[in-house]
Amino acid sequence: MKTFEADVVIIGGGSAGMAAAIEVKNAGLDALIIERDYELGGILLQCIHVGFGLHEFGEELTGPQYAQKFINQVNELEIPYLLDTMVIEFTPDKTVYAVNNKEGLIKVESKAIILAMGCRERTRGAINIPGFRPAGIFTAGQAQRFVNMEGYLPGKSLVILGSGDIGMIMARRLTWEGCEVKAVIEINPYVSGLIRNQVQCLEDFNIPLILGYTVTKIHGKEKIRGVTISKVDTNFDRIVGSDRFIECDALLLSVGLIPENELTLKAGAKLSSNNGPIVDNNLESTIEGVFACGNVLQVHDLVDMVTAEAKRAGEFAIEYINQRYGKEIKREKQIKCVPGENVGYIKPDLVNVLDLSKEIMFTLRVKYPDRRIQIQFRDKENNQLVYKRNKVYVIPSEMVEIKLNLKENQIDPGCQHLIIDVVPRPEVLIEEE
Amino acid sequence: MENTSSSTVRVIRCILCPSGCPIQANLDSKGNVTFEGYTCKRGLEYAEQEYYEPKRILTTTMRVENGFLPLIPVRTDMPIPKDKLKDVLKEIVKIKVQPPIKMGDILIENVLGLDANIIASRDLNKI
Repeated sequence: MKTFEADVVIIGGGSAGMAAAIEVKNAGLDALIIERDYELGGILLQCIHVGFGLHEFGEELTGPQYAQKFINQVNELEIPYLLDTMVIEFTPDKTVYAVNNKEGLIKVESKAIILAMGCRERTRGAINIPGFRPAGIFTAGQAQRFVNMEGYLPGKSLVILGSGDIGMIMARRLTWEGCEVKAVIEINPYVSGLIRNQVQCLEDFNIPLILGYTVTKIHGKEKIRGVTISKVDTNFDRIVGSDRFIECDALLLSVGLIPENELTLKAGAKLSSNNGPIVDNNLESTIEGVFACGNVLQVHDLVDMVTAEAKRAGEFAIEYINQRYGKEIKREKQIKCVPGENVGYIKPDLVNVLDLSKEIMFTLRVKYPDRRIQIQFRDKENNQLVYKRNKVYVIPSEMVEIKLNLKENQIDPGCQHLIIDVVPRPEVLIEEE
Repeated sequence: MENTSSSTVRVIRCILCPSGCPIQANLDSKGNVTFEGYTCKRGLEYAEQEYYEPKRILTTTMRVENGFLPLIPVRTDMPIPKDKLKDVLKEIVKIKVQPPIKMGDILIENVLGLDANIIASRDLNKI
């Protein structure tokens, strides 16, 4: 078995993995990226539309451009990477096992691991649509790869289920490729992607957006020939008598993304409710020296935010190797961050009491849209409000970022749980944002 | 009674932030256009641009001969008028490019005289 050594192994060569590796290399440590695809870049390579890089580069780039800039940096810094190589396991002692066609089974010994495996799409199985299993059903991202990189069309007359950004962007893309997009169906009473995409991908082309409906049956045995859509009630149950048939030869599903954490679980790390690893404010998982960043930790709205998070993961891994690696340091006391009202999840899951005087980046996603709200951090032990911030609106498709120094906000030393709520704003307060 | 009534000729949904303000373009009896419903200056600017001269950056793919991939992602290097998107797509379909290609390479210069170039979004090597 071929054996490699590196200070830090980065699993995944997409936007998160490349940014983390560059950070590690710039600190003078050895990084090794392991990527399962035949080139670096990850999912950015198939996202050929613009909208990337406004924060990171101050210009509006396409996904491939954004990726290329990082690929060029990786090459300039001569950061080693293995392509076509699938990590099959890593262990708490930071040994990584991978396979590829050239070397067979590979072992990499490292001091720290950065998880950057990204996320995957929810499929038909996750939403249980009745019917046979005909050809012509794709996830939106899968169709995106076929259309934008491999030169195949999924169909000529399509229905898209889910108004996530990838679904809407594919509606425009397929229209430009000469296909007819019959409708975009969204189960919620609101669009789940950005307004910009609703306007520029659907309204620009008069593609019908049907809210409050879902696909309740797939027709066709060998090849899909249509779908039944039905109106749903507030519990998302089908309303009898509201069925409509739409003829189509392909159905694209844009129904959500899940962090891809099979390796993480296998290594014994714990996951939180969003399917990402439980991390502390150093982005360190429940396994010492194993860090997570990008969509494997939480699904982001913007790649720029992935890059920023990955750089921080890189810094934390460097700090770990320089200060804690190989030393017997007991894990300090931690405060648990608990999602409260209208909070789907919050990262980090844990805050080290020793780090309370540091600035910590909290990220959260709400469960439903709301206006004129207040985000509250509450000490569960003494029921005191530790921090509050007003916002004009919150929507599930927009991640909320809060940079916060808890010590400056006078958190009680006895605090063990922080409850985070997003609630209607008390009337008297002055608007901030 | 004096006629001061104006009619809404178009509703432009602002895309600059998730507030998504619906901005009405109103036409009064003298033929003047006024905007209503925006809540910030950028919103008004967007509505004016979108009303008088809507533009988009076009992104698509171009066919590649003997490439590592059969397609290369391309874009216009500046926004072009929205009503020209289809014509530009038709120009792009006519062409097959040869690798190696570098990000930023101009694949069609000054497409349809719009002053915009079609440029490569990534590097692409030979097969």
